[in-house]
Amino acid sequence: MTFLQILWFVVIGILFAGFIFFEGFDFGIGMATRFFAVDDQERQQVLRSVAPHWDGNEVWLITAGGAMFASFPLWYASLFSGYYILLFLILIALIFRGVSFEFGVHAQTKFERSTWLWANFIGCLFAPFLLGMMLTSMIQGVPMDAQGNVWAGFGVVVNWLSVVGGLAVTYLCFIHGLNYLSLKTKNDLHARAMNMADKLYWLVYPVLVLFALLAIFQTDFFARHVISSSVILIVIVLLTVWGHISARFGHSGHAFLASGLSLILIMAFIFNGIFPRVMIATQSKNDLLIHNASASPLTLDIMTGVLLVLLPIVLIYFAWSYWIQRRTKVDLANGSETY
Amino acid sequence: MSYVLMNVISLSRFQFAMTTLFHFLYVPLSMGLGLIVAIMETAYVHTKKPVYLKMTKFWSKIFLLSFAVGVVTGIIQEFQFGMNWSNYSRFMGDIFGAPLAIEALLAFFLESTMLGVWMFTWDKFKPGLHALFMWLTWIGSVLSALWILAANSFMQHPTGFMINRVTGHVRLVNFWSVLANPQLWREFPHVVFASFTTGAMVVAGMAAFGLLWKQNHDFHIKSLRIALLVGLISSGLAVATGDMQTQFIIKDQPMKFAATEAVYKDTGSPAPWRVIALIDTKKKAVNPSIDVPYMLSLLSYHKLTGSVTGMNSVSRELHAKYDKKFGQNMDYYVPVKTLFWSFRVMAGGGMLVFLISLLGLFFSRAKKDLLSKSKWMLWVLGIMTFVPFVVNSCGWIITEMGRYPWVVYGLQTIADAVSPTSTVGALLFTNIVYFLLFSFIGAFMFYYARKTLIDGPDKEEDEDSAYAQPVDPLDKEVFNS
Repeated sequence: MTFLQILWFVVIGILFAGFIFFEGFDFGIGMATRFFAVDDQERQQVLRSVAPHWDGNEVWLITAGGAMFASFPLWYASLFSGYYILLFLILIALIFRGVSFEFGVHAQTKFERSTWLWANFIGCLFAPFLLGMMLTSMIQGVPMDAQGNVWAGFGVVVNWLSVVGGLAVTYLCFIHGLNYLSLKTKNDLHARAMNMADKLYWLVYPVLVLFALLAIFQTDFFARHVISSSVILIVIVLLTVWGHISARFGHSGHAFLASGLSLILIMAFIFNGIFPRVMIATQSKNDLLIHNASASPLTLDIMTGVLLVLLPIVLIYFAWSYWIQRRTKVDLANGSETY
Repeated sequence: MSYVLMNVISLSRFQFAMTTLFHFLYVPLSMGLGLIVAIMETAYVHTKKPVYLKMTKFWSKIFLLSFAVGVVTGIIQEFQFGMNWSNYSRFMGDIFGAPLAIEALLAFFLESTMLGVWMFTWDKFKPGLHALFMWLTWIGSVLSALWILAANSFMQHPTGFMINRVTGHVRLVNFWSVLANPQLWREFPHVVFASFTTGAMVVAGMAAFGLLWKQNHDFHIKSLRIALLVGLISSGLAVATGDMQTQFIIKDQPMKFAATEAVYKDTGSPAPWRVIALIDTKKKAVNPSIDVPYMLSLLSYHKLTGSVTGMNSVSRELHAKYDKKFGQNMDYYVPVKTLFWSFRVMAGGGMLVFLISLLGLFFSRAKKDLLSKSKWMLWVLGIMTFVPFVVNSCGWIITEMGRYPWVVYGLQTIADAVSPTSTVGALLFTNIVYFLLFSFIGAFMFYYARKTLIDGPDKEEDEDSAYAQPVDPLDKEVFNS
């Protein structure tokens, strides 16, 4: 393994983490349209809180996919062809969600508006669940031949760990979304969002405990990286507690940070655990390793140069786009929004 | 459908064609509309006339619709290389992934973030700065096209690589030569100018319908003239760059060129040009055809002499060159009929757009208002709304089908590129769902664009109406209205 190979493994991890952090609260907001908002007016207002950002947030996924293709083409090929139907369903969920924002604005009748709200909700519910499933199915080891072809049957994709993993990601996204909403709302909506996040945490604990137990038995993460895996898991638990306390005492900022960080750490848990592999085969001789799955040194050199130049610029205007919207808040009492 | 058609390769090809063509209905549209909206907003900044602000806001509705559909269908593009063409991804990853990643980082982030800023900051920035965000969005979309086409150009004309002897995969040797690919610098301007034309014709055509319906006259005439000016310039440049590309392809992919002209046997010099022809692909013969003498020499070489190599000769040359690597059973004949007719529709459509733009500009001169008096001209312009989409699709069909039987020209065949794990069942399922989904989304996109036009530019509404409409889901009216 060269330094650049490891660097790009980390970069892909960061890009996926960035995706789940930013798109995570979009998904949560989408879920909140049904589980939190009481009528379509509220649903529209809840959605309004992510309207300026969801598109930019989704680019994290596009970038992660492109970077994976560029730096680890064999990983990209094996993972996405192996999880064909699952990834297809994720794409469908993302498509429905994506068009719902714009189509919702153009909707003419109440029925149409209702339809696009439902499309958004369903997309936001299934996309994180299926993504969580894909990632947690992958880490258990998949039937892969020496050419890297993955023959993942139903049982490989759908099993206890993958379902619990999907649930964990979905729950955390939902809480993350509520925390974001509490940052973006005032008065009544704000208080309700905090309150709901607070209550939801009680549901998250059992799921996370179950996830941890299954991860111990179903993966080799603890056999291979016992210290780092344990540390990450403990930090996830601590973050959850911190998030819970913050939500209870109404510190939306802290709560948002906590839920976002726990999503990021789930990614860290996965990427730390699979290292130095990228795809774990049921027969370990077929494992796809960072060492042999990467693109050539020249491609990695060029990509590194591009990343060093572009990423700071992207991060600056990306952050700025949030900064200029920071005071836009949804407030039920005073019409749609205030500053 | 026969068994032959229902195998993994053909279903994967169908899926690629379907997803790409559908995606490419909206990409050129948003590139072109982005330009026109940016021009309109800039006009507002300079003149301070409210009509330009109204134009910016109105046409941006269509732009935002096309952008949204373009984005969601673009995600499919990125992942289907891994999903359906995993062997291609393994073979080409060293070169193909980099432009894709750079596209996301350099272009797509810019485009998406700036558009989000643009949409929601009307009251936060000075008009000049606000217009800049639309220009940045548009620059992002053009850069996006550049990187995607860099990837595509390698597939058409591989440069800057070597083949890794151990893995048999492509390996990057010279990134600059991938970027300096001669194919790219003919394909990119051609696609970009065609895209500007697309946006222009949609605005012009819709404005013509608006005039037919006696909507706000000043608004639509002004929109129409801006659009037609953009359309005239960019369609002219699209035709010119298309010619440049043809010059390159005659030498680089002679089979593709010969097929677009249905030339089986080498022509004499000077070569006549077939306007239309009945093609018999089994006998490899053309009978009958309407010919224009000298014309093919003129089109191909810009002079009155010169012969064109026919497909039969090209096929022999390709066999001589590639038989050692790909075996003697390869069929190097591309789908001739499809290419021949697509080329005619594309080239003819492109020139038609140019002529109509010129005519439209003449009719819409400020002094006489000839346009409002000649309904037929408004109808002609209205129909032009749809022409660029057909033209664009034909362009891609020629580019991609003309590469047959290769995915990467001379390096990897389509059959070697598919995912070995793909099954007919899964592909059939995804094809059907994609088809239904695209029809559904396409229909709504059309419906909302049409509805926006019918409502017209003068419809009063507050900024975020959709986000503030109270709706009671338990109310029976919800389902009746």
